[in-house]
Amino acid sequence: MVYLDLLREYGDLFWSGFRTTLGVSVVSLLGSLILGTLIAGLRMFPYAPVAAVGRAYVEFVRNIPLLLIAFFFYFGLAPFHINLDEIVAGTLALTIYTAAFIAEAIRAGIHSLPKGQWEAGYATGLSYAQILRYVILPQAFRLVLPPLGNQFVNLVKNSSILSLIAGPELLYQGEAIANATFKTLPVYTLVAAFYLLLTIPLSQFVRYLEKRLSGKEFVLEGGEAA
Amino acid sequence: METWLEALQPAHLNFLLQGFRITLEVALISIALSYAIGIVLGATRYLDVPGLATLFAVAVETLRNLPILYLLIFARFVLPTLGIRLDPFWSAVVGLTAFEAAMISEIVRAGLASVDREQIEAATASGLTRLQILRYIALPQALVRMIPPTVSQFISLLKDTSLAVAISLPELMHNAQIIYNGDPVRYVLPILATTAVLYFSVNFLLSQIAHVLERRLLRT
Repeated sequence: MVYLDLLREYGDLFWSGFRTTLGVSVVSLLGSLILGTLIAGLRMFPYAPVAAVGRAYVEFVRNIPLLLIAFFFYFGLAPFHINLDEIVAGTLALTIYTAAFIAEAIRAGIHSLPKGQWEAGYATGLSYAQILRYVILPQAFRLVLPPLGNQFVNLVKNSSILSLIAGPELLYQGEAIANATFKTLPVYTLVAAFYLLLTIPLSQFVRYLEKRLSGKEFVLEGGEAA
Repeated sequence: METWLEALQPAHLNFLLQGFRITLEVALISIALSYAIGIVLGATRYLDVPGLATLFAVAVETLRNLPILYLLIFARFVLPTLGIRLDPFWSAVVGLTAFEAAMISEIVRAGLASVDREQIEAATASGLTRLQILRYIALPQALVRMIPPTVSQFISLLKDTSLAVAISLPELMHNAQIIYNGDPVRYVLPILATTAVLYFSVNFLLSQIAHVLERRLLRT
């Protein structure tokens, strides 16, 4: 059985690639959550020039390839005599790229809440920060959860670009094993299986969340339906 | 400044534009193919054709959940072991289309599902078959609603063609690398910046068009 033989002989390499893929995705998700929230804050800032900075970030990053950002961090810092490790450069690129999408998801989530929520908050005497903390964010979080899940699926898939800067993630190890064994089809079938092992349950879970959280609670009396 | 002028000499810019032409060609062919295949896949699943619908559902779920880079490498290096040999250009088209067709089929499905239930019921009551309902009632409306998300998919495609550096397709990113590898320390920043500007200008324009279309469609 060629698959079992491959796993017996190269299981360690597959496993280390799988771990790198997962690790890079998780770190980038956390990083882009923080950066994305900051960018969303900038983008919704009441002072227009600040908001423009947030918008510029989102528009620029969303409209260029992730690979270009990765090449920038890996090759582009040479003039400054900075050499980043493959994994560091790749993780930075994934974080910066994904943050733009997360910022938009957060902004859309907050925007879709009925204005009545703010008004009711003010009427009960809460401050801006209190309304944000106790009324808006808990609800927005639920709306933002499915798109965040989607971004995590994308991160797992997008982390494959590390292989183009010699980052030893799953696809990279797969190529190495295929080159060593010439068992091209079985090796790449296993690589696909490892990716799907992560991405299919995740995207099914996102779908479940989408169905469960789909706006039921936001059709509030007196407010606009979200 | 001098470095930038030297890095961006006409010969280099020409080479970048040549690459950008390939990028646009691959993206255009792939989106056209994905659109056609996506409609067939989406409609089959909407009609719930026995057997086929399940088969397509599994295919779509698999393709959507794999990295595009994986699909490109599969098309270029794994398909030959199955007797299918493609050059870099068509490997890129096949890999990108496999992914995008799956994405568009989901857009088609969502578009078909968004058609008012009353309309479907009325059509059924007036004796139309399911295929007729699809052809004359659901699909025309879905196709209009699909335009903005399809433009967004096209933007993704334009960005994703850059992954074809892995299969040596002489597209924009590949040509950029060739130029700055000539003198990395001096060329890498000007060339990467110019490459970013090229991708950005086309994609930004497209995303603005998608916004306008979306707003117009929402109004009607």
